[in-house]
Amino acid sequence: MMQSAIPVAEQPVGRSLARPVYQLRNVSKSYGFGKIRALDPVDLDLRQGSFSSVIGPSGCGKSTLLKIMAGVTPPTTGSVILEGKPVLGARREIGMMYQQATLFPWLTAIDNVLLPISIRDGKAAANDRRSEAQALLELVGLKGFDKVYPRQLSGGMAQRTSICRMLITEPQVLLLDEPFSALDELARDFMNIELQRICLSRNATAFLITHSIPEAVLLSDVVYIMSPRPGKFLEAVPIELPRPRTLEMMTAPEFGDYVRYIRSRLDEGAVTA
Amino acid sequence: MKTVTTDTGPQALGRPITVEPGTFPETIWSEQVAWIDRVPRVVAMAALLFLVLFLWWAVHHFEVVSRIILPSPAEVGRDIVVVGTNILSGGYMLAALWMTTKEVLWGFAFAIAIGFSLGVLVGETSFGERAVLPYLVAIDTMPKVAFAPLFLAWLGFGIASKVALAAFIATFPIVVGTAAGLHAADENARMLFRTLGASRWQTLVRMKIPTGLPQIFTGLKIGAVGVMAGAITAEFLGGGKGFGELIRVAASQLQTPRVFSLILYLSVLGFLLFWSVILIERRLVFWHRSSVTGIDDRR
Ligand SMILES: Nc1ncnc2c1ncn2[C@@H]1O[C@H](COP(=O)(O)OP(=O)(O)O)[C@@H](O)[C@H]1O
Ligand SMILES: [Mg+2]
Repeated sequence: MMQSAIPVAEQPVGRSLARPVYQLRNVSKSYGFGKIRALDPVDLDLRQGSFSSVIGPSGCGKSTLLKIMAGVTPPTTGSVILEGKPVLGARREIGMMYQQATLFPWLTAIDNVLLPISIRDGKAAANDRRSEAQALLELVGLKGFDKVYPRQLSGGMAQRTSICRMLITEPQVLLLDEPFSALDELARDFMNIELQRICLSRNATAFLITHSIPEAVLLSDVVYIMSPRPGKFLEAVPIELPRPRTLEMMTAPEFGDYVRYIRSRLDEGAVTA
Repeated sequence: MKTVTTDTGPQALGRPITVEPGTFPETIWSEQVAWIDRVPRVVAMAALLFLVLFLWWAVHHFEVVSRIILPSPAEVGRDIVVVGTNILSGGYMLAALWMTTKEVLWGFAFAIAIGFSLGVLVGETSFGERAVLPYLVAIDTMPKVAFAPLFLAWLGFGIASKVALAAFIATFPIVVGTAAGLHAADENARMLFRTLGASRWQTLVRMKIPTGLPQIFTGLKIGAVGVMAGAITAEFLGGGKGFGELIRVAASQLQTPRVFSLILYLSVLGFLLFWSVILIERRLVFWHRSSVTGIDDRR
């Protein structure tokens, strides 16, 4: 198997001094006793407070990579280091979000938000954090919805509740697997700006999987481009747009340049792979 | 939201909406609903009951079948009053009803305990799924009533053999419902619990069992029906002091009105059992669509 030749991404000026939080070396994954190569070896450094996105065709192993990083699935080769310690299972530093909100219908919105605390530290601890959960729901515009059951929430509201569930544990690292791709475009833009605000205010490190090139450009310091299955990292594209990013920037010529460039590289990857 | 920016600043691209002038007739109309779907529930139920009673009366009146085989609705009605009076005044029929009730409740309790435990074993462990499930499926395909003589031989003609057959019949749907329910949780929910570092026990109790409650209750409802059938079958075959025995004796004496009225009271017992399961389901599974009527009522 060929080693990934892509060097660790150049970080934009100002963030390049931040220390790496997540370090992946030679991480690969095969399923079915080596028959299905889901992910070719990946090397990656995520720096403190950075926002990185991965974009690539479906089935190229993005979710697999995220599951390995989260300590949910063991890698076939390589090592994953978080905060200097190897990831060998669930870690408290990590918060995760998926395409589906995955709220539990028998819990009210606020109890869904408090679920991670209640699992990790018990129901008493969860009760102590109730006002905090309330504040988080208010932050995402769900004031007064705390006692509502998930089936009364719209898709966007459910996804916002699941953001709160991720944030309640105060994770230093956010692993996001197409979190907003089930939302309509207006809701998605809104959520993206929210997500940026949250990451900037907490100096959290974020790693986002997405199918949307504009979304990746809007949010990221670096966009990683992946090849079709078995996925490998083809290239890192540093996005040197000022922060905080705004939706208006999406109409700027530089923004369009990034989008076009990434699209062309993805198309090339699809042809050469 | 996105504005096109030119050298001279944002520029409006839209224009007001205009339509051709003129007046049109109002087009208010309502959806057609067939008359049979518009009948109120109470009326529909009463009408159907009346129709069945009328047919019954007609068959009896014109002696389509022998009057010994099919008594008239009025005869059955009179006997319902007789049996009801006996039960309400604490007569021997109340004792028989209470005996059958005890068999059913004990049978159901054992079925729930055994069925739920086996269901968790099969649904949660791969040992259960690989080793236990095939045997359960094999036994489940057998006609379980055929085991009744065995239970009578082993446990005698008292209450124990009736409880055993009732429990035996009701256990399997509960096992299947529980095992299926534990598999109902989706990949994302499992992953969420894993990223939270939840223990196996926490995952089972806080996620898999609640997610599976609709299936578990489906199993319980099928079991509630089976437990009645099991108790009565055992009474038919093994005598005793229950309602099934009263039915058997009445039938052997060709007292068909009595048979009909006893069956009616027995069905009240079955209905109460079924309905209490539904009431508990509504409390616990309030978040699920099917919990309102007991059937999935999405059209
Ligand atoms: N548990 C699994 N067992 C076998 N194959 C899997 C499993 N999970 C994913 N795969 C395969 O690995 C490849 C990558 O999947 P995934 O990481 O979900 O891709 P992506 O998220 O980029 O769409 C796919 O071809 C998929 O079929
Ligand atoms: Mg995926």
